[in-house]
Amino acid sequence: MEKGEDKHEEEQDQVVNPWEVTAKDGGKIDYDKLIDKFGCQRLEEPLVDRVQRLTGRPPHVFLRRGVFFAHRDFDEILNAYEKGKKFYLYTGRGPSSEALHLGHLVPFMFTKYLQDAFKVPLVIQLTDDEKCMWKNLSVEECQRLARENAKDIIACGFDITKTFIFSDFDYVGGWNNYFGNYINISPGIQVVGIFGFSGEDHIGKVGFPPIQAAPSFPSSFPHLFSGKDDLRCLIPCAIDQDPYFRMTRDVAPRLGYHKPSLIESSFFPALQGETGKMSASDPNSAIYVTDSAKVIKNKINKYAFSGGQDSVEKHRELGANLEVDIPVKYLSFFLEDDAELEHIKTEYGAGRMLTGEVKKRLADVLTEVVDRHRAARAAVTEEMVDAFMAVRPLPNMFD
Amino acid sequence: MVLQELGIKFEQYDHPAVLTVEAQAKYVGDKGGGLSKNLFLKDKKSRFYIVSALADTKVDLKVLSQRLGLGKGGIRMAPEEALGQLLQVPLGCVTPFALINESASYVSLLLDKEFKTQPHCFFHPLSNETSISVQASDLDKFLKSIGREPSYVDLEANPPVGKDQPPDLAILVPSGTIDIPDAPENSTPSQAVSEKSFPVQKKCTPASVDSVKSAKPSSADPNAKDKPNNAAPQPNAFAESRLFVDEILKKTTELLLSELTEDVAKQEALANSVRKHLAPDLQNLTRTFCSLLQVMFKNTAYTQGFYAGSNCQPKRL
Repeated sequence: MEKGEDKHEEEQDQVVNPWEVTAKDGGKIDYDKLIDKFGCQRLEEPLVDRVQRLTGRPPHVFLRRGVFFAHRDFDEILNAYEKGKKFYLYTGRGPSSEALHLGHLVPFMFTKYLQDAFKVPLVIQLTDDEKCMWKNLSVEECQRLARENAKDIIACGFDITKTFIFSDFDYVGGWNNYFGNYINISPGIQVVGIFGFSGEDHIGKVGFPPIQAAPSFPSSFPHLFSGKDDLRCLIPCAIDQDPYFRMTRDVAPRLGYHKPSLIESSFFPALQGETGKMSASDPNSAIYVTDSAKVIKNKINKYAFSGGQDSVEKHRELGANLEVDIPVKYLSFFLEDDAELEHIKTEYGAGRMLTGEVKKRLADVLTEVVDRHRAARAAVTEEMVDAFMAVRPLPNMFD
Repeated sequence: MVLQELGIKFEQYDHPAVLTVEAQAKYVGDKGGGLSKNLFLKDKKSRFYIVSALADTKVDLKVLSQRLGLGKGGIRMAPEEALGQLLQVPLGCVTPFALINESASYVSLLLDKEFKTQPHCFFHPLSNETSISVQASDLDKFLKSIGREPSYVDLEANPPVGKDQPPDLAILVPSGTIDIPDAPENSTPSQAVSEKSFPVQKKCTPASVDSVKSAKPSSADPNAKDKPNNAAPQPNAFAESRLFVDEILKKTTELLLSELTEDVAKQEALANSVRKHLAPDLQNLTRTFCSLLQVMFKNTAYTQGFYAGSNCQPKRL
């Protein structure tokens, strides 16, 4: 068993699992503790430099700013890549709502960068079955949400000649190998131990984890990776998904597969502050991809938690508290220019720059991101979704 | 007439309309003195110049352009419309006297220093049907009376222009740009960003894109609820690239117009500032937007092919 097996909480500690993320005592998530507890590794700068060298382009802003900060065996992926051995990417989304916010886009933006930089194929899982079970939505509704979400995912700019998107309801039923993997993975899962399920959880829920695990093995996609059982898998995801793949890594050697590698991100904070994840149910906790420039400006001005002081005089004297300031946090995700971010942090931290200025800059940056997304989204047709989701070979997937 | 009021001695000769120096010479060539040739020029920033020289003086526009600090090939003959609009004279009638018009207040005048060697010189007043001969000193009087400082230039000189040798005629560049409606070039912004907008346009409007665009409606969308989307072609990636470039030009124009000043040096500084501040933003925008557009084009083309392929009739055997 790998170190750091997650136990159902005995103490009142922070809770991080695929269904719940809350910090201790309403404070911030302690990522160091999390890495320790989960047993994954910190993504250090030498690794980021190595990525830059191998891909011949500047590392993605999320790598530079430590948004993707933890990993499991990412160095193994790079070692193999250096020797000319490719890998494929696997990420996904649980389509529980139609409205996507910026936090949802983070893993996809990063995965797009990985696809472009390493020139590798990608499979994207839409766990409509999971949401159907956990959110009590109908099968049809979940399938519909999956397709809608697929459009926003496609709008992130994935290359159709290298990307396969599938929904569990559509895909998992049909292929022997997927189900075969599912059955093979299952014995390795102590549902109570790993996921905290209890005897009251129904059989579908208990049976779900192998479904999310199976795409980590290339044999689950015979139309793509037939004969390539040796192909490695890299999974970019938010760190709350770690339990699934920790379990998958344990099971993999037994089945004769490589352990999937992970590259994990921290959580995108809610506008109101860093007490947990953004929630799709509270519209003011997040910036949605459908928000107009006006709405974005308004949300930031009204709801973005500021680390600035109460009065201008006090602010100029003490400077802003960058630890809790949300606008600066958001800028560190989306402001590409390192020098400008440094400048803002210095000036704002010293009290020379005011909150209003920082918020204005943030509004501009986010509006640009959202506008770009909307434009791309408008170009996604139903046929394009069909094409992305068709079970078809991808002959140029490594080009 | 103005010249009389100023007490300037001149001789007036009426003749049929002439459009060229040669034609003019037929009528007044034997009267001694120097015939003038007058060029009406324009630079890339819509600034205008009259170069008035003795008919025999060699005027090299390339050299002149460099000496004015406009680089090589920065100056050329002004369009016909400008003649009428700025100088208010007919074709073939460019003359220093046209500067009497308000509309010509931003036109710079370069006078051949050789005029001073002549007892008198011939110019048109404001009509092709007359030539008047005046002394150079009297021409100066006229110019000063309309608030102009006469600038005599050795037009045949070709001094080197470089890092340590600033263009010697730069001071004669007018401080104001003039917008001529109907002129082929507009104001500076389109010029400054044309280099940048070109790559964008080239990338974003290849022939294949147009064919995909026209193929879109014909691919008979089976899904009824998508019809409004296909019926309105505007909100799609192709139109976005045009909108995108228009946005750049709009933003640049706004920036420049909001700070338009009369000072030449400030204008140069402004142009540099525009380039410095706008270029990285535009390049970033272009890069990220364009790469997104490219992948969307690719995806659209693939989708069309996929749809066609999955719906094609099997071959009759």
